[in-house]
Amino acid sequence: MKGIKNRKISALIAEFPFLTSFFNDNGLDIENKEELTLTEYFAGFDEDEIEDRAIDPENLIFQISEFIKQMIAFLGKEDDIVKTVTILPGRDKSGDNEKFDELVIRQGEIICIVGPTGSGKSRLLGDIEWVAQGDTPTGRSILINDSVPDNKWRFSSADKLVAQLSQNMNFVMDLSVYEFVELHAESRMVENRKQVIEKIIDKANSLAGESFTPETPITSLSGGQSRALMIADTAILSKSPIILIDEIENAGIDRKKALSLLLSEDKIVLMATHDPVLALMGDRRIVIKNGGIYRVIETTDEERTILSTLEGMDKILLAYRTKLRQGEIITKIAYT
Amino acid sequence: MNLVTISGPPSSGKTSVILKTIDSLQKRGLKVAVAKFDCLYTDDDVLYEKAGIPVKKGLSGALCPDHYFVSNVEEITNWALKNDFDILISESAGLCNRCSPYIKGIKAVCVIDNLSGINTPKKIGPMLKTADIVVITKGDIVSQAEREVFASRVNTVNPSAIIMHINGLTGQGSFELSTLLYDEALNIDSLKGMELRFPMPAALCSYCLGETRIGESYQMGNVRKMKVED
Repeated sequence: MKGIKNRKISALIAEFPFLTSFFNDNGLDIENKEELTLTEYFAGFDEDEIEDRAIDPENLIFQISEFIKQMIAFLGKEDDIVKTVTILPGRDKSGDNEKFDELVIRQGEIICIVGPTGSGKSRLLGDIEWVAQGDTPTGRSILINDSVPDNKWRFSSADKLVAQLSQNMNFVMDLSVYEFVELHAESRMVENRKQVIEKIIDKANSLAGESFTPETPITSLSGGQSRALMIADTAILSKSPIILIDEIENAGIDRKKALSLLLSEDKIVLMATHDPVLALMGDRRIVIKNGGIYRVIETTDEERTILSTLEGMDKILLAYRTKLRQGEIITKIAYT
Repeated sequence: MNLVTISGPPSSGKTSVILKTIDSLQKRGLKVAVAKFDCLYTDDDVLYEKAGIPVKKGLSGALCPDHYFVSNVEEITNWALKNDFDILISESAGLCNRCSPYIKGIKAVCVIDNLSGINTPKKIGPMLKTADIVVITKGDIVSQAEREVFASRVNTVNPSAIIMHINGLTGQGSFELSTLLYDEALNIDSLKGMELRFPMPAALCSYCLGETRIGESYQMGNVRKMKVED
């Protein structure tokens, strides 16, 4: 971005509309100053202002050009499609080699990760997120679409490989559901925002037991409702191709639908869970032991049969819950 | 030796991030020391000592903490050089969001947390805007959407920084940070002739000198008045 300092602000904004947010977030008021060049604009601050507000013209002009470069790269490209993620073996905590050749995870797959606390689940997820190239404590390597991945997966804040749906889904903002999703959509530079926001709220409502409106304050959503909103929002708005879930509590949300929503958006789903109903929904599960991948189990036919029994039990439990919530006397519910 | 300056608002998780990161640095055989700067009180030095990390503590007391930092960083660097450390990490809290302890040519890391609210990146000055690496903590207690919005706000005010997410409790992400902190090309043998990345504001009025009485006749020196309209 050479020579931007001698260009008029109005011309820069006409060419790069996203600069408005840069000026705004950096507290730079450009009203009635659009016809100045950047150099003239910064020259207009007096010494007191420069000192008081810690304005550094040279650095700001550099940051503006960095921002333009990034945004052009961000807006100009098609989303990278991650079809496969390949894990190449490393070592466990004792330094022994992991006993598998390669582990290929494909788009649309659900993989569970199991193993006791401290066994190395986080490190495996860390290796994936950091696209390890033999340079992490495990010595594992990660390939994306069968090749050594681009460095941007490590360093670009707009391209994160993994989005995380954690169990703690608190909101620290005081906004309505609509405003909240809108804020996220804005930061993702999404076009046809209104449509996307409505789609997310709609999908979230189809997952949640009790429905909410766009005007509902996010802080008054129930646990199930906020989980539903977060899952729909992450499925649709997050660019990350991999979604990591650590447990989805079995309350107020249709977990099966939630997973299929994620898969319908072409995500790879990794679940760190010991809940059999969730774990057996996966195609395979990775067993971690002593810091290494100990084995990989394909979900067997018998396990799938067991899953449907477990789902039946799950339903009964939910039905009792509903009765309790509605203030009814509990009577026996027949197993179907 | 490498000097790394780490700063961030109070309670953003600096010490936790540093402790976990040093763990990874030590595994590479690097000798790390810490200089902890604070204002009135800190017991973080005990945490470092407990972890077996050599630490020097400085409390600025009645002085502006960032000014105190610049006045002492050379001596503390010399101490670390004399003791043959590979890395000296300076930790200081940004208190008024206006100053920053970053030095040209020395790696600068800013630690802020997701809980501070999405408008916080706008409010922090050079401490955030001129950092090389921005570490965002406490991501485990907010939603994915909030993490993404917060990171994108940080990116707007400092597009050239590397943004990393670290969980100070579990240490997730700290190994990754440690790989960016030591670079033989950045070795220094003195701070002589080096400069701050951004000037610290001048504040020298009668209150700096101990005045307690309120009223215009007691105000001298660098005094500025708000515009209060009717």
